Amino acid sequence: MKRVITTTVLNQSGVLNRVTGLLMKRQFNIESISVGHTEQPGMSKMTFVVNVDNEAKLEQLLKQLQKQIDVIKVHDITDKAMVMRELAIVKVVSSPAVRNEIYTIVEPFRATVVDMSKNVTTFQVAGDPEKIEAFIDLMRPYGIKEITRTGVSAFVRETQKTHSEQLSIL
Amino acid sequence: MGVNVEVREVTKQKLKGSGADVLIQSLKEQGVDVIFGYPGGAVLPIYDALHRNPIRHVLARHEQGAIHAAEGYARVSGKTGVVIATSGPGATNLVTGIADAMLDSLPLVVFTGQVASTVIGTDAFQEADIIGITQPITKHNYQVKNVEDFPRIIKEAFYIASTGRPGPVVVDIPKDISTEMFLTDFPQDKAIHLPGYQPTTNPNYLQIQKAIEALSTAKKPLILAGAGVLAAQATKELQTFVERHQIPVTNTLLGLGSIGGSHKLFLGMAGMHGTYTANTAICECDVLLNIGARFDDRLTGNLASFAPNAKVIHIDIDPAEIGKNVPTAIPIVADAKEALRELLNQSFESPDTIDWLQHLSANIVEYPLHYKADKERGILPQQAVELIHRLTGGDAVVTTDVGQHQMWTAQYYKFNHPHNWVTSGGLGTMGFGFPAAIGAQLAKPNDMVISVVGDAGFQMTLQELSLLQELRLPVKVVILNNQSLGMVRQWQETFYEERYSQSLIHVQPDFVKLAQAYDIQGYKVETMEEAEKVFAEAFASTEPALIDCRVVQMENVYPMVAPGKGLDEMIGVKGE
Repeated sequence: MKRVITTTVLNQSGVLNRVTGLLMKRQFNIESISVGHTEQPGMSKMTFVVNVDNEAKLEQLLKQLQKQIDVIKVHDITDKAMVMRELAIVKVVSSPAVRNEIYTIVEPFRATVVDMSKNVTTFQVAGDPEKIEAFIDLMRPYGIKEITRTGVSAFVRETQKTHSEQLSIL
Repeated sequence: MGVNVEVREVTKQKLKGSGADVLIQSLKEQGVDVIFGYPGGAVLPIYDALHRNPIRHVLARHEQGAIHAAEGYARVSGKTGVVIATSGPGATNLVTGIADAMLDSLPLVVFTGQVASTVIGTDAFQEADIIGITQPITKHNYQVKNVEDFPRIIKEAFYIASTGRPGPVVVDIPKDISTEMFLTDFPQDKAIHLPGYQPTTNPNYLQIQKAIEALSTAKKPLILAGAGVLAAQATKELQTFVERHQIPVTNTLLGLGSIGGSHKLFLGMAGMHGTYTANTAICECDVLLNIGARFDDRLTGNLASFAPNAKVIHIDIDPAEIGKNVPTAIPIVADAKEALRELLNQSFESPDTIDWLQHLSANIVEYPLHYKADKERGILPQQAVELIHRLTGGDAVVTTDVGQHQMWTAQYYKFNHPHNWVTSGGLGTMGFGFPAAIGAQLAKPNDMVISVVGDAGFQMTLQELSLLQELRLPVKVVILNNQSLGMVRQWQETFYEERYSQSLIHVQPDFVKLAQAYDIQGYKVETMEEAEKVFAEAFASTEPALIDCRVVQMENVYPMVAPGKGLDEMIGVKGE
């Protein structure tokens, strides 16, 4: 099962290495990882997507991460209401003949042109990974020259849906 | 994290020196009284500072010897072992010891020299990325980037190494940081600010209540006590608890000594070479209380048949150990001492264990550890260990490597006191036992320290005989010499149809002459009569001694749970 895990870490040198090294040592396969500064100085946040076989392994993963001295907080936010975004930059072959056609496809994805030459257009598109996959699939027939993706960043939404079963006790 | 307020009471101490001077001063503040190490280019400033401001330094003859000695010292004294080595090869020679300390949760602070900051990353002379190398085998590690960080890093390193689940911490020190002048006042900063590290030591009250409920209604309760009990200095509490409630106890390999080896409620060691009684008790028990053990695979055997009927209660200071291998019904994250104290504070009805204890006692009598002595064949290693036990009364500190001699010692030496058993459990390091004995003897100068080693493992670190000579440490080295890599040979006999590939050693040094070369009394014994006489003589002496005890080559360690099998599938049990 795919899990989205966020960790808040102290900005010490080598902390990314520590976390990825731990995952490697414990045989977890990282699908994507993204890191960046947070609103607090000295703190960074990592978001990673990991494939985990079962609940016990997931629990072990979270506990092992929590054990790292430079790791402040660990959350598995997969089952929460969350905002999850990824950025992709895609270079598409776009001869003048098909350019307009491509633009009509791009529009609903709210992708923007960030570079252009005679026969190649570069788009940037942001959204959840499914949206980016869909965009890439639609661009593929025209000929994709290059793709680069950032990996997902995520956090939980401020308002979480409450389960009605819990309310039924009242 | 809003709490970043630094509590500093800076006193105007007149400490103006180099980084190395501050390092030594910080070590003194931590109460370090002995350092195990080996100098080299990158740590010369530190050794120079040590010359100006001495702390006792033990010069091992190889860095691996230094770190195993520090481990032995830490295990016996309960204090943090301190090691210094130079950069590159000095640091990489420590790697085995660091991994060993990590798996056996021993508190170490390891200082490695590093090339100067200006050349780090250029493949400079004697450069190795020791931070990268040791990251997976340390509890934490640091590279000192600014000389002002020394006091804080050292304080944190000792705190991390010795609290929570103990473990090794590496501090890598570039040469220029050691020589740089420390210009600010030496801070008297009492507070340690590690927001990501707050070990839980006190047990959750509700979980303790659940544990009590499970224990008091149990018909066949069993306690599995591991090294966590020893690390927490909780052996008295354990004994009081088991005696009050009449609950039988088994030990992991590393937990030996947490309850007296001859205690009536002690069933012997459990696991691959555990006793029949202990292993079947695990299979039969209905409540298993694990205190400070991590359910290592050598203990559990096949997990599918491990404690199949038991409600498992697991007390561990490291939450990541709970549920890692064995599903746990009642998890209790706590220091073993705090948890046992809380269990002792609660008065509750003892379980009715009369039948259970009777059944276990009958097993102890019917299926004891056994071997067949035979004068014609020569000394059996089990006999040699029993002799050591008889002569020392179970009071000596005993160290071992890994392998057959280790298992025989674990089986036949009954430890009367805690902290007297020093062995490489998790990593299974050959060459550990002898240098560890040196550290143990330094920690307990008045105790008898015996290093029971195999002929192969001893040859991995025997250069440390120099230390016995130099420091006149009265360590007794007993080589159970079966001229083979005994456990490898046993496995080849059992699982590889007797194909003894590279496990029989035909050429050996003359160990007696070797001892003499180091100005140490050497003995060789080949019969039990000789052994009785020589062991008694050597043990009575206040001088170091080495005994080459020739034992039967083809003797095997039994009983045994074969790899992949369950504890209910033991082989080599007497009475079956």
